[in-house]
Amino acid sequence: MSNFLRLLARNKLALGGLIVMGIVIFFALITPLLPLADPNVTNTADRFQPVFSEGALLGTDHLGRDLLSRLMWGTRLSLAVGFAAAIIAATIGAAIGIIAGYYGGRTDNIIMRGVDMLMAFPYILLALAIVAALGPGLLNALIAVAAVNIPFFARNIRGITVGIANKEFVDAARLAGKSDASIILSEVLPNVIPVIVIAMSTTIGWMILETAGLSFLGLGSQPPVADLGSMLGEARSALITNPHTSIVPGMMILIIVMAINLLGDGVRDALDPRLKSGALSRPMPATRVDRKGPIPEAEGDDLLALRGLETQFHVKDRVYKAVGGVDLNVRPGECLGLIGESGSGKSVTALSVMGLVASPPGVITGGAVYFEGEDLVGAPYSKLRRMRGKRVAYIFQDPLATLHPLYTIGDQLIEAVSCHRPIGKSEGRAHAVELLRQVRIPNAEKRVDSYPHELSGGMRQRVGIAMALANDPEVIIADEPTTALDVTVQAQVLTLLDDLRREKGLAILFITHDFGVVAQLCDRVAVMYAGRIVEQGPTDAILNAPAHPYTSKLMACVPELGEGRRRLEAIPGLPPVVDKLPDGCAFADRCHVATDACRRGEIPLDPLSDKRRVRCIHPVSDPATEAAQ
Amino acid sequence: MAGYILKRLLSAIPVLIGISVIVFLIMAMIPGDPATAILGSYATPENVAALNEDLGLDEPLVTRYFIWLSNMVQGDFGRSFALNRPVLDEVLERFGATLVLAGTAFVLCSVFGIAAGVISAANQYGFGDKAITFVVLLGISIPSFFLGMMMILIFAVNLRWFPVSGMWPIFGDRTIWVLLDHLAMPAIALAVVATGVVARLSRSAMLEVLRQDFIRTARAKGVRENSVIWRHALRAAMVSIIPVLGIQAGFVLSGAVYIEMVFQWPGVGRMLVDAILRRDILLVQGGVVFIAACYVLFNIAVDVAQSLLDPRIKT
Ligand code: SF4
Repeated sequence: MSNFLRLLARNKLALGGLIVMGIVIFFALITPLLPLADPNVTNTADRFQPVFSEGALLGTDHLGRDLLSRLMWGTRLSLAVGFAAAIIAATIGAAIGIIAGYYGGRTDNIIMRGVDMLMAFPYILLALAIVAALGPGLLNALIAVAAVNIPFFARNIRGITVGIANKEFVDAARLAGKSDASIILSEVLPNVIPVIVIAMSTTIGWMILETAGLSFLGLGSQPPVADLGSMLGEARSALITNPHTSIVPGMMILIIVMAINLLGDGVRDALDPRLKSGALSRPMPATRVDRKGPIPEAEGDDLLALRGLETQFHVKDRVYKAVGGVDLNVRPGECLGLIGESGSGKSVTALSVMGLVASPPGVITGGAVYFEGEDLVGAPYSKLRRMRGKRVAYIFQDPLATLHPLYTIGDQLIEAVSCHRPIGKSEGRAHAVELLRQVRIPNAEKRVDSYPHELSGGMRQRVGIAMALANDPEVIIADEPTTALDVTVQAQVLTLLDDLRREKGLAILFITHDFGVVAQLCDRVAVMYAGRIVEQGPTDAILNAPAHPYTSKLMACVPELGEGRRRLEAIPGLPPVVDKLPDGCAFADRCHVATDACRRGEIPLDPLSDKRRVRCIHPVSDPATEAAQ
Repeated sequence: MAGYILKRLLSAIPVLIGISVIVFLIMAMIPGDPATAILGSYATPENVAALNEDLGLDEPLVTRYFIWLSNMVQGDFGRSFALNRPVLDEVLERFGATLVLAGTAFVLCSVFGIAAGVISAANQYGFGDKAITFVVLLGISIPSFFLGMMMILIFAVNLRWFPVSGMWPIFGDRTIWVLLDHLAMPAIALAVVATGVVARLSRSAMLEVLRQDFIRTARAKGVRENSVIWRHALRAAMVSIIPVLGIQAGFVLSGAVYIEMVFQWPGVGRMLVDAILRRDILLVQGGVVFIAACYVLFNIAVDVAQSLLDPRIKT
């Protein structure tokens, strides 16, 4: 609760709403104690006194009544009616919702049918019908507005109750022989009340507005008593000659409803867990770059080279170092495997290349990505965009989520081309069909008009590959493209990628957690742990004799391609949380050969042999270590 | 597709029956003898007897309902004694005016609401977002009748841009411009609240969609940011925006009552208020059922639009 209030207080607008509402309610409460003129005493001699005239701070209305006094009494009445309507609607609506949700079955069915019927009416129309039957009058308007809002509460509360009614503690209470009534009161109600409060805070503004509206139409409060709505209604005839009589009550309604809405938004936001984590942020077109320190130079003539790449996630005041200085390189026609557990930073590394890490919260804080010797990290967005998909293309995991659900795969394939060069309709379609053929999708002419949900997982993954091939890119970055597939399809997709690489001289950066896949496809492999490369070298050499203790454990976990779906959790312990990296070797806590020296200072990625490098002071196949054992 | 539309139309029948039952029950709450209540000051003994005969008012409630329903199905909504003309004629005539007003407001609120929401989401926490969020908050907090009055004061009385009130018949000898001139202010005043609601929802729907994987795919393809927002994200967000548009249609249709009062628009809402104050019960009853039925049909159109937009919906 105090946490909630703190969140609310941090939202300045909501706090402002709370303060304004507090002042309004305070004055509404003490109105009878104030030395105000009688709101209903007419004095036709003093009609339409302007604002700030003597004895009438806000002037007088068409019957010479003091506007300030009428405003305060009217506010009091409007608030009272609005709150009463909200409480009535919430109570009855919640009762209906709880009964429907708790008992379920036919009771639920019948009640919710009725609620749906009520909701089929345009909103205010039903209130008009009720007032028509009961006759004009403030009490009847109150009943009408409350009645119209009951379905809203009933439906919301029912949803919550259904969730609660199936929980274990409710079953337990039932088994303990508690009656339904006492279960509802002791188990269900306490859980439902916060929802009722939120629903009330978001609707009470509406209810004040609607009762004011009915009064404005002459169907609510009747003369001489006036709420804000009927004040406005009476002032309407003098709108042009004496606008202040309209502006005064109108502004009051606006202020009240706005304050309530601000407060309601604040309450809702404070209770929404997604806002706290920043998960509702919109990712920018390209990852934010904020490089501190020197930018590493390009070396050699690699097609794609990552140099000291650092990517972090900044969430509130926490910093997660997802990628902590990674060096990688690929040449044309080469396939480099990047392997590690989930959370090791391999996907973030891959996405950083083209600035596709969601930002916020992602930030590239250091290093460089050289494509043909040009740094992409520092490149302006427009340049990055022109290269995305054209020269460096991605294949993602889970193509059901990564393909647009509402466009045909043909449209999506054509778009991949048309956003880089203009392409005619028929030419585009022919190209799309050709791409589908290339990835061996049977019946390509028909498939091109399918939507992603109409294809099997394997077919969708091929579409993802076809899309990556659309512009004949030089580099393909494949982020676990086979994880969601079954074994046979997985093997087919891998063969396909391997063929394409040989035919077209593609450079592939292949991200996976599966050594079987690496063995089948990759020339070289880099092993990643806690955001850093811990071992790198030719695939054969590493597979035959892993040097890093982590690599050997990884391999022990996934012996062969497609041997079930065994993930890497088989290694005891968990990878370190990347906002609290330990000193020294990040793997030390899980390493069976760790020594004190491992926990002291930075461990470099040292050359092991001609082509291999390892970040470990006791490499497994190191003769020295073997001798010691 | 035709089959789907037919299915939806059939499923509307129970809803329409439910609506008629609810309206009938509400009207049955009127205290006292129904015939006297309906006739009001016209309640001569002969009239009472005739009406009792016509509507079966002596019969039990259930029979009365079915008499009323079967009359309505045959197009007989009863007769307004105050206006001395059939209810349906009056309702149809007034409904046309409301449709012009509410239809325009609906288009306005859809177009501007969605645009504002998308721009807001695309510039989340930027200046544009904050400005739009503030205007939207103001928009959903201001009573439409007060807004209408202020618009008259500013734009009609002071600036003389638009006429104060009234409406020209659509099919009269005046040009469409005269109608538009009269329509502009009421339609805008009516649209403001709904625009705010649509904008809010569009913003959150867009933010939800923009975090999805397929947006990242679009960006990875090299799609221009404008196209990412307006083509990829908006298309997907429309799936959750369209139902809200359906609800807003109900808001503008019934909220038109305030605007019709302020701008002297000869619509069905004003007719209802006058009828309520006059206790012209059959007119209210008929008008409410008619509007609610139109709204149900409109919502079917919304569902059909949704199914056209989203191929995952089985039709
Ligand atoms: S450096 Fe030490 S703790 Fe780290 S992997 Fe090597 S042996 Fe294990």
